[in-house]
Amino acid sequence: MTAEDTRATTRPAPTAASAAIPDPRPTPLARARDPLTVVALVAAALLVLPLFLDQFRLNLFAQYLCYAIVAIGIALAWGRGGMLTLGHGVYFGLGGYALAMHLTLARVAEDPMAQGGLPDFMVWSGLETLPLLWRPFANPAFALFAVVAVPGLVAALLGWSVFRQRVRGAYFAILNQALAAAFVILLVGQQHLTGGTNGLTDFPTFAGNDLYSPEAQWVVYVIVVVTTALVYLMFRHVAGSRYGSLLVAVRDGEDRVRFLGYNPTWVKTLAYALSAMAAGLAGALFVPVMGIISPEMLGVVPSITFVLAVAIGGRYSIAGAAVGAVVMNAAQTTFSESFAGGWIYLQGLLFVVVIVFAPRGLAGVVQSTTAALQRARRARATGGTPDSTHRTSDTPQGTDASGSPR
Amino acid sequence: MDAILNQVPIGIAIGAVLLLAALGLNFTFGQMGVINMAHGEFMMVGAYTAFVTHAWFDLNPDYALLLAVPAAFALTGLLGLALEAGVIRHFYGRPLDTLLLTFGVGLVLQQIARDVFGAPNVDVPAPAWLAGGVDVLGIRLHHARLFILALAVLCVVAIAYYLNRSRPGRQMRAVLHNRDLAAITGIPTRRVDATTFFLGSGLAGIAGVALTLIGPTGPTLGHNYIVDAFLVVVVGGLGQLRGTILAALALGLLNAFSEFWTDASLAKVIVFVAIIGFLQARPQGMFTVRSRALT
Repeated sequence: MTAEDTRATTRPAPTAASAAIPDPRPTPLARARDPLTVVALVAAALLVLPLFLDQFRLNLFAQYLCYAIVAIGIALAWGRGGMLTLGHGVYFGLGGYALAMHLTLARVAEDPMAQGGLPDFMVWSGLETLPLLWRPFANPAFALFAVVAVPGLVAALLGWSVFRQRVRGAYFAILNQALAAAFVILLVGQQHLTGGTNGLTDFPTFAGNDLYSPEAQWVVYVIVVVTTALVYLMFRHVAGSRYGSLLVAVRDGEDRVRFLGYNPTWVKTLAYALSAMAAGLAGALFVPVMGIISPEMLGVVPSITFVLAVAIGGRYSIAGAAVGAVVMNAAQTTFSESFAGGWIYLQGLLFVVVIVFAPRGLAGVVQSTTAALQRARRARATGGTPDSTHRTSDTPQGTDASGSPR
Repeated sequence: MDAILNQVPIGIAIGAVLLLAALGLNFTFGQMGVINMAHGEFMMVGAYTAFVTHAWFDLNPDYALLLAVPAAFALTGLLGLALEAGVIRHFYGRPLDTLLLTFGVGLVLQQIARDVFGAPNVDVPAPAWLAGGVDVLGIRLHHARLFILALAVLCVVAIAYYLNRSRPGRQMRAVLHNRDLAAITGIPTRRVDATTFFLGSGLAGIAGVALTLIGPTGPTLGHNYIVDAFLVVVVGGLGQLRGTILAALALGLLNAFSEFWTDASLAKVIVFVAIIGFLQARPQGMFTVRSRALT
């Protein structure tokens, strides 16, 4: 028995889908990684979509793109890093609230009716001066900085403190979920600071511009599209870098990476913080698009819905995750408009179907179909048996979402 | 002083509820490594079983509750068995996949409850003998809370007996410690898995019946407890009965006291930070199964 044979028997059997990636030629999703394609997609979103969609639908599309940014971040942390983050609603919310607090203060500053320069919910709660927490947010530059800095900092702190102690996998997922639950309860409970269940809404101006005008809405849309493209390219770059390979290595064998002299704690903390920053940015973009941010968009269920979008799109593919978020949210809107209960059944079934039948999501389906087609074509051309030893390093063989071997 | 002392029974009562919810997880998550997010919905099913005993079968609430406990245990146990046989058994060793999978199952169960019983909360009348309470040393003890505590103690005793004295319980522990060794000594590990899942899910049903006594019964009932229940297992240590008991009591008391000194919303954050702090000292929870395996 050769060494090759031994390895083949001890290693978990690769699934049919993952073994079938023989061709180095890019698949359709891989082609989308090309920056030129991204530029083309941005141009299409800016020039073609407005011809077909009215203002309302365009606004919805911008909303889906915000979710796509969250999905891109989760794909890095979960797909590449093996960290199942069930608390990204928190980071989305931190970013969203940071900007919403500034926009609320901007509205109050221009409103002669506001008592003592306070938002109305503070007046109702009996506050007389602006709380310390709110004061820095009067400065737009600080607010924009906080949009990414606060989520990044919170995630880095949480990540560092748990990864350091090698808390991972299921424990990490549960802690994330507990964070989301606690965050929402805090937002609702501290009504005098956060506006409670109603959240923050009504943002007429930003930096002296009327946010409700059609021109401003168009500018917001352009910003959302361009930001999505930039975030995508940046995360693509991170995933393709040496650091990206290290992250995948940590996912597949944390202790082995440790033995090689790297510190997995920092590798994981960085990926987690980056993905939290993406979520914060998405939350901030979401605020002018939706005109509201409230706790019900951030809790345990919305957080796990973010993850579902990534699972549908393909957790190992950053482009797939982004597409998955747009597709799933578009489907949700379509279904909820016609029958709300039906969507929940469908959503529940999607979880089951995707995990059972397509653990690599839409991207995996696309990849294996293209690969099968190419294999068939080559087999026809050469008349020989197709060779199927080539594998991509992005997708683990026979491992679960946590990346640990079965 | 009285006010502070009063927090103790409140804390123990919260702890007892957490314990009931977490005992089942101790089986499914602790023994088998399956993160069953549908556990909360199994609790919801148990709660609706209590509702059905009086609403559909029109039983006297005085003893309907006592009938609901075994009925809920059997019903949710069978649900769990179906879930295990249907999907979960293909996903052993992949905890995060089971998490997402069972979350989907939970969503479907919630929506079924909404379609069958309606979205608003339903009213489950408590038996007359659980109304009121007794005063001990100036501390008010509600009968309902005492009942939940008694139920939790009963479950713990039964589980401890099962795990330590009975043959299937010992087999279960053997499988937890080393599945392969257990299998070659002739323990039917597949049947043990199914039994474990049945018991774990059944305990969720009992917890659900208890929850009807202290809070509203609605489709999202389980959802409110599931995160805390998982935290109990994480703090207590996987598959450790004594860890689960201690952790449930500790978290219950911490909850009650931080709510007393601050407010309900800050209390959640305090508990969360305390857990993160605790995991710094003991990342594997209070008690662990010793193993030389490099994970």
